[in-house]
Formats: sequence, structure tokens, C-alpha cells
Amino acid sequence: MSITVVYTIVTLAVIGATAAVILYFVAQKFKVVEDPRIDDVEGSLPGANCGGCGFAGCRAFAEACVKASDLGDLNCPVGGNDTMGQVATILGLEAVAKDPRVAFIRCNGTCDHRPKTSQFDGATTCAIASSVYSGESDCQFGCLGYGDCYDACEFDAIDLRAGMGVPLILDDKCVACGACVDACPKDLIELRKRMPKDRKVVVACRNMDKGGVAKKACSVACIGCSKCFKECKFDAITIENNLAFIDSDKCKLCRKCAPVCPTNAIIELNFPPRKVKPEVEVETNS
Amino acid sequence: MSKLLTVSPSPHVHSSDSTQKIMYRVIYAMIPALIWSVFMFGIDALRVTLIAVAACVAFEYLIQKYLMKVTPSVTDGSAIITGILLAFNVPSNLPWWIILIGAMAAMGIGKLSFGGLGSNIFNPALVGRVFLLLSFPVQMTSWPGIKMAAVDAVSTATPLALIKESVKNGVPIAKIEGLPGLGDLAIGMNAGSLGEVSALLLVLGGIYMIWKKVITWHIPVSILATVLVFSGIFWGINPEMYVNPAFHIMTGGLMLGAIFMATDMVTSPMNPKAQIIYGIGIGLITISIRMFGAYPEGISFAILIMNAVTPLLNYYIKPKRFGGQ
Amino acid sequence: MLKTFKIGGVHPPENKLSKDRKIEVLSIPSAVFIPVAQHIGAPSTPVVKKGDKVKVGQVIAQSSSFVSTNIHSSVSGTVKKVDFSADSSGYPKQGIFIDVEGDEWMEDIDRSETLVKDISVDGAEIVKKIQECGIVGLGGATFPTHVKLVPPKGMKAEVLLINGVECEPYLTSDHRLMLEKADEILVGIQLLMKAMNVDKAVIGIENNKPDAIQLLSEKCKTVAGVSVVALKVQYPQGGEKQLINAVTGHEVPSGALPIAVGAVVSNVGTAFAVYEAIQKNKPLFERVVTVTGKGVSKPSNFLVRVGTATSELVEAAGGLPENTGKIISGGPMMGRAISSLDIPVTKGTSGILLMKEEESKREEIIACIRCSRCVSVCPMGLEPYLLMTLGEKQIYDRAESERVMDCIECGSCSYTCPSNRPLLDYIRFGKGKVGQIIRSRKK
Repeated sequence: MSITVVYTIVTLAVIGATAAVILYFVAQKFKVVEDPRIDDVEGSLPGANCGGCGFAGCRAFAEACVKASDLGDLNCPVGGNDTMGQVATILGLEAVAKDPRVAFIRCNGTCDHRPKTSQFDGATTCAIASSVYSGESDCQFGCLGYGDCYDACEFDAIDLRAGMGVPLILDDKCVACGACVDACPKDLIELRKRMPKDRKVVVACRNMDKGGVAKKACSVACIGCSKCFKECKFDAITIENNLAFIDSDKCKLCRKCAPVCPTNAIIELNFPPRKVKPEVEVETNS
Repeated sequence: MSKLLTVSPSPHVHSSDSTQKIMYRVIYAMIPALIWSVFMFGIDALRVTLIAVAACVAFEYLIQKYLMKVTPSVTDGSAIITGILLAFNVPSNLPWWIILIGAMAAMGIGKLSFGGLGSNIFNPALVGRVFLLLSFPVQMTSWPGIKMAAVDAVSTATPLALIKESVKNGVPIAKIEGLPGLGDLAIGMNAGSLGEVSALLLVLGGIYMIWKKVITWHIPVSILATVLVFSGIFWGINPEMYVNPAFHIMTGGLMLGAIFMATDMVTSPMNPKAQIIYGIGIGLITISIRMFGAYPEGISFAILIMNAVTPLLNYYIKPKRFGGQ
Repeated sequence: MLKTFKIGGVHPPENKLSKDRKIEVLSIPSAVFIPVAQHIGAPSTPVVKKGDKVKVGQVIAQSSSFVSTNIHSSVSGTVKKVDFSADSSGYPKQGIFIDVEGDEWMEDIDRSETLVKDISVDGAEIVKKIQECGIVGLGGATFPTHVKLVPPKGMKAEVLLINGVECEPYLTSDHRLMLEKADEILVGIQLLMKAMNVDKAVIGIENNKPDAIQLLSEKCKTVAGVSVVALKVQYPQGGEKQLINAVTGHEVPSGALPIAVGAVVSNVGTAFAVYEAIQKNKPLFERVVTVTGKGVSKPSNFLVRVGTATSELVEAAGGLPENTGKIISGGPMMGRAISSLDIPVTKGTSGILLMKEEESKREEIIACIRCSRCVSVCPMGLEPYLLMTLGEKQIYDRAESERVMDCIECGSCSYTCPSNRPLLDYIRFGKGKVGQIIRSRKK
């Protein structure tokens, strides 16, 4: 009995010791020397691995930060300026402040605005639907509504709004990682500058067809009439391919463009209700 | 045109086959053996089968609805198959509460814990069976005497158990008393679990399934051939100690396993080459357990072990590609 | 034992409703829209402008590179505009709108019906003429024919395979053409043989067309080097690689062209177009189109000018049935569902199939039961269930190593899946992505 115990202990001890020796040498042999700052930087990042920075996950971004000589081109959109400030402190570099951004789906073609002209019956992803044909409505630019952006979002920031036809981005949850921008096969999603109180004035349309065609397909399509362009005093609006675009970096939220739009393609969000007298409008926000 | 045109990717036609049809064909294939078991073991056989089927369907429904909170998919018929297979794998005098436990293990542990139909790694009926075999060894191995056999109405051991016991005690095969002949085995005149007794009717079901393209020949044939060859070698060496291959094939649920359980689509490999390897594996493990293991029979364990190997076979064994490698 | 390809395959119900209906010449429409991209390769460049008068057979868009072809006017009249309009994908494509006035053909086109058997031109001239006349593969792939006839350096064609398989259910345009234009097709085959410099040609025809097999076998007796092979009915036998495998037993290696095993495959329709181009000097501007479907009152085969709107064909076949749920350009296995009847017939349109409401919806998708039928029917020996998962989960490197690029998109997997899973949808998507990755790697 006792001899068995001794054997057992000795055998186990020998196995353990051998394994330890092997492990030690293997560890030595394959040792990877890494800049310890990479761990520090990674620790200060949000850890969502969303890829919003353009790198494959937070660690890759941390490695890029450590290698970089200045942080001008690098930005963690999720962490924002606070995180980048911490990263800068760790690396002894200068932080470059960037405007926070928020995603926006530039299509307002919900079912009541954009009549269906066919119905899709296949695998319900936008990528596959758009590879089969232009979509269920006559607008070949509009949202397909199958929610590839919803699937891509790691932050629950997209409400699919089943039955509506177009998802909605929830401003308070969106971190502007850009995953949805890449996921959208119609290129509808734009990262816009985040304004106070999440206010925004946007052309919610990407239709580049001629006015008549666009209007026929969708009642809230931009027809490229240039009325908003003429109204804007800040050069924020450009018209290209029968389509108006409001540059969020230039827009001052004066809201003058929205009322002149004949198709209501320009939408304003999160503003207090307009007062009856048009003159007052101008002073509300700027 | 009153309605909108549908647009979808090709192909625009679909074969008339459906999962439900496949499942029901499997059920039809099991009916002859089921009828025979009622004939052999009396109304008890029907009782066991009904309890097992009802329990499997009920457990699937309840677990899906209340635990997994998904739409129950009991109508696809797979739970019925599990129920019948479970019943086929137990003695006809098993108390109802043991059957319930077996059904719960089969559906809960064997199938739904992996995500339900199509996601399970192990054959649910076998999980239930092995669960019972390990938990209630006495009840699971006390077989009632068969009602039909004139010769051996009180036998309570299966032929394989008889052989195992006798060989252990040094009795040569030829001298074992009460061993049924090959003809009896083929028809099903012997003791055993519900569905395993009649080799011929099981083969009939198998042929029906191959004809209806529910299964292919690869798995059953490779299992039977392996058993034949492997046990044949031992028999050739020492017929005193080892029983002949035909006996192996027709006893201990080997037919049932080879035709109905190893061929379970979800848990078997996906291409012919891998299926043959899988079948050979089952054959080898079965005979090894029968000859050298503690249990008199081993097809259940063999199938479960090879079930575990299936993902690996799918990963490494590829079908013949067009245009070579 | 009839020959067929060795791996996989399915046999959908044939439904060849229009097989006994003679080819009718469809009346010339009042206006046409002729897209400039009707072939695989670079779109052609329009060479006419608004207000130009054009004649039938006149070049209206010039090919811009080697893998491209000319586009000819199918009607005579005035160019209304050069603009964009939706094609079968729903996206706008450039094309030429022509208002029809009369039917005035280019003077050098021989409009007589007489059979011209004597071949007076040499191989190089044939290839040149095929390119000029805008001939593409009429089986559906629309690959420019002249490109196929010129093998890459170091390769040599040994046999010409003529595809008379028409394995798609419903379609009968090739079948009718073989019955009605057998002599012309045989001359076309000889022209192709001469262009390729081969002395052997085999016409593969599926066994569900015994009349065509008999007729062509009879006629082949007088033509040296051309023979007919009857094939077992099996989809997708009309696929290039499957046809080669069925007839010669060779397997085209993964990623290679048929020329790698010394074969070039052409459709019977293409052979007929080659005959017309060389012997009659007639460019490709019309083709045979089957209009069919279970609800169609008069399933027909029409000789249609390219650019004719689908609605005209449907009208001629007895009008659009009330309960039409889906309109397919092509066959039911590989054809494309279209969302409007305004879409024009192009060189690749082999049929218009109208499906009833109840046939046009897919069944409910349920879980994969790993029955491995998709694996057993895949003619390329792939594992569709796996490729679908890889496409769905966007694991593209594994998809590539599992040879997703070998997929010929025949749809046998989706057709056969008892759980109604959209296998091909995801595989095609994955294939597209992997293709992009491979192209970007090459750059």
C-alpha cells in the first residue's frame, strides 16, 4: 500500500518536473519581445474590437499607435477624444482632437413614401438582394431594409423598425465605428459630425436619377432642384448627379434649406418645434 | 396583374422533397419491425413505443416553447423517429417512468441542448438509451420471454449475453444451451429489445429507405461488411471461443444500429468516402466491445463514438472534386 | 447505357410545353431598346447619335476591346436617344433607343432562304467575321465566340463540342432550331471546325429530344468528322464542363478553361448564327426565344429581334396570365427573375418563363438536417452546405480553400434541399466576395 503511494508520488513528480523543463525551454525558444506599451494602450481602449479605426481589432490599433510618430491619422471613434488623450499620454505624443461623429442613413423611403413595385423572395440580406436586382421599389438607390447594417452593429445602435422599410440609427448608442457604413451595399450611411443635442439637417436621399424619375419612385426623393443650394449661406450644400448633399462640417443648422425643399427630402431632427413666424427660425440655432 | 411580381435569385423551382417527407419515410420504414415486436412481445411493445413517442414529442414541444422560447418544430417528425428508436432499444417490460427519463435524456441532453434538429452531435435515441443503460442496468437488461417462441419461452437473456457469460465461464460456443439458430434470428424468434429482434424486417425497412433515397447504401453496408470480416477472422482462428459472423450480424441490435441509427443524417458524415470510414469505425468498435469489453453488445457505444468523430471526418475527408485536386 | 457526366446532377420535371411549336417570326415592334452590354466583357461604345437613320444589321455600337463584340441594329428607323434604361438586373444600363420605320436591311445581307454549303473563306477570316458580326454564346453565358476560337498560346483545340443539350426545364428554342435548321447548323459547325482547325465535332443532345437526335444523326452521315451523341437527361448537362465530361470523359481542371482538355464548346444556336454570319453576311440581331409557362395559353418559340420588349413576346404568346407571380428571363434553374415587362430581349435571352403565383414563392426555410443531398447532387463535387455557412459567416479564406470559385451556380443544391435552404444565394454571394479578394490580391 505505502509503496504504491511512493511510486505514485515519484512518478507524478518526475512527469511534472520534465514538463516544467520542456515548457521552460519552449517558452524561451518562442519568446516574443513586445513593446510593453502596446498592452498599456490596449488597456485604455474600449475593447469592442469593432474595427471602426480601420484596424483588425483593438490590439492591432494599439500596435499601430505605438509605431506611429504622431496620432493625427489614428482615431478610435468609439472612445473619442478622451481615449485618444489617454493613448497620447501613454505614448508621450500629442493628442489630436477630432469631432465626434454619428452615423446617419440617407434614405427616408419608408413604405408610405416609396411604393413597392416588386417583392423580393430570397435570402434576406441586403448584400444578396442588391446583387440580384435594384430593389423592391423603383428607386435603385434606396434602402433595401433587410438590415445588414443592423447585423454589423456591435453596439445595438440600430433599430430595424420591422415593417417600416428603413432602419433607424439611435444617436445615443451610435459610436461612429463605421461598421454599418461598410455593410451597406447601397452606400447610404454617412458618418456626420455630431452636433449639440444630436441636431441635424440632412438630405435623406441618395437618388441620383433625374428629378422626374426620382419623384415617381419615391415621394420624398431629392430631385436635384438646387433650391436648398441657393438658400444656403455657408456653402454647406453641393449638388451633384441630381442630388443635394449637406456637408455636416460646414452646416450651421440654420434650417433655412429644409422649408424650401419641394419634396421634403431634407429632414431636420431633434429641434424644438418650429415657431409659426418664419423670421424667428434663423435665430433658434446657430 | 393584381399583385406585385416576385423577384428572387435562381433557381426558381424546387424539388417536391421536404424534410418532413424524409422523416415520415423513416417512420414508414420502421413500421414492419414495430409490428413484429408487437407480435413477439405482445401489447407491452406497443405500450412502450407509444409512451416513448408521446414523451419525446412532448419534451421537444415543452423544452422548445418554455426553455428555449422558440417556435416548436414537433411537426417535422424527427421527435417521433427518436421516440420509436428509443422504444426499439429498450426491453418491452420497462416501467413507464424509466421510458420518460430516457425520452427526457434523448430530447433534452441529446438533441435540444445542442440547439435542436440538425445541430446535435450525437444520435438522440442512443443518448437516451445509453443514459438508461448506465442508470438502470438491471431493468435495461432483463428481457421478458417472447410470447411466440415454443422452445424458449422463459429465456431472459439475449443471445449475445448468453455467449458472453458462457465464454467467460469457459463453455465452448457449441455447448451453450438455449442459443437460437440463425433462422430464428433472421425472423426474430429471440429475446431482446423491441426493435432489434427481426433482422429481416429491419433489412426490408433499409431497402425501402435506400429506394426512397432517404439513406445511401454506404453506411449500412460498410458496417455489416466490417463486422463480417472482423468477426470472421476471429471465428476462423478459434470457433470454440468466438461465435460465427452471421450470428454477430443478426444479434444485439446490429441491424437496427446499422440501418436506422448509424444512418441518422444529422450525426453521420456528409460524403460517401467519409461515410464508409465511419461505417468501418462503427463495425470495428462494435466487435471489439462485443469480444473484449464488459458489455455483451456494443453497437450503441460504437455509433456514439463515431458520432463524435463525424465533424472530424467532415473536415478532413472531402468528396471527389470535379477536375481533381 | 447513355452517357452523362460523372458527378452529381438532378432531374427536375422537364415541362417542355412548347417543344412541338414551330418557330414563328415575331412581328417587328414599333420601338426597340438595344443595350450596349449584351455579352461578357467590356460594353461596346455607341457609334450612333440621336436622329441618325439606321438600317437592319448596321453597327450601332463598336466593340472596345478583344473580349467584347459589336452590337448591330435589329430594326431600321431613327435613333431616338442613347440613354440608360433598366435591364434584367433592374439597374440602368446604357443602350440605344430606336423608333422603327419599315424594315430596310443592309444591302450586303443575303436574305434568301437558300442553303449555302460551300465554304469559301479561310479560318482566320471566319474568326474575324464572327467578331465583326457580334456573335456570342447563345446558350445564355453570352461569352464572345471569337475569343473561344483563338486558343491561348501553347494550347491546341482537338474537338469541337456542340451543345444541343438544353437541360433547362421548359426551354425549347435550341430543340426547335435543331429540327428546323439542321442543315444550316451543320454548315455552321463545319465553319467553326475550320476556324479552330479541328477535324472532329460532336453534337451532344439529351435523350428527351429523340427527333432531333435522329434528324441530326441522319444528316451527319454525309459530313466528315461530325457525330451526334445521345445523352442521359440530367441537369446541368448543358454546363460547359459537364458536357465535356459527359461526351469525352475528361475533367476540366479547377480554374482552367475547357481548352485545357482540348475542347471548345459552342451552342447550336451559336453554330446557326455563325452560318448566317459567314454564308449570309448577316450579323447577330435576332434569336429564337421560347415563351412558356404553365399558365401561358399559347407556349411558343419566336424568332425575335434583339431589343424587343418582353411584353411584346408575352402578348404574342396569348397575353399575360392573370395569376402570374414571377417572370423569368431564361430557364427556371439559372434564369433571372425580372421585375418589369419593359426589359428587352438580348442576345442571351433563351426564354421567357411566366410562373404562376403559387409556383413563384419559396417555401419556408428550416434547419439543415445534414442529409448531404446537396453534396451528392453538386456536379462540381463541392459541399454546398459548408459553402453556404462560410458565405453566411463571411469566412472567405476557408471558402476559397473549399473551392467556392469552382461553383457553376447551377442551383442543383438549392433545388434539392429538403429544408428549402437558400444555398446558392449565399454561395453566390461568397463566391463574389472571394472573387474580389482574389482580384485584389493579383493587383
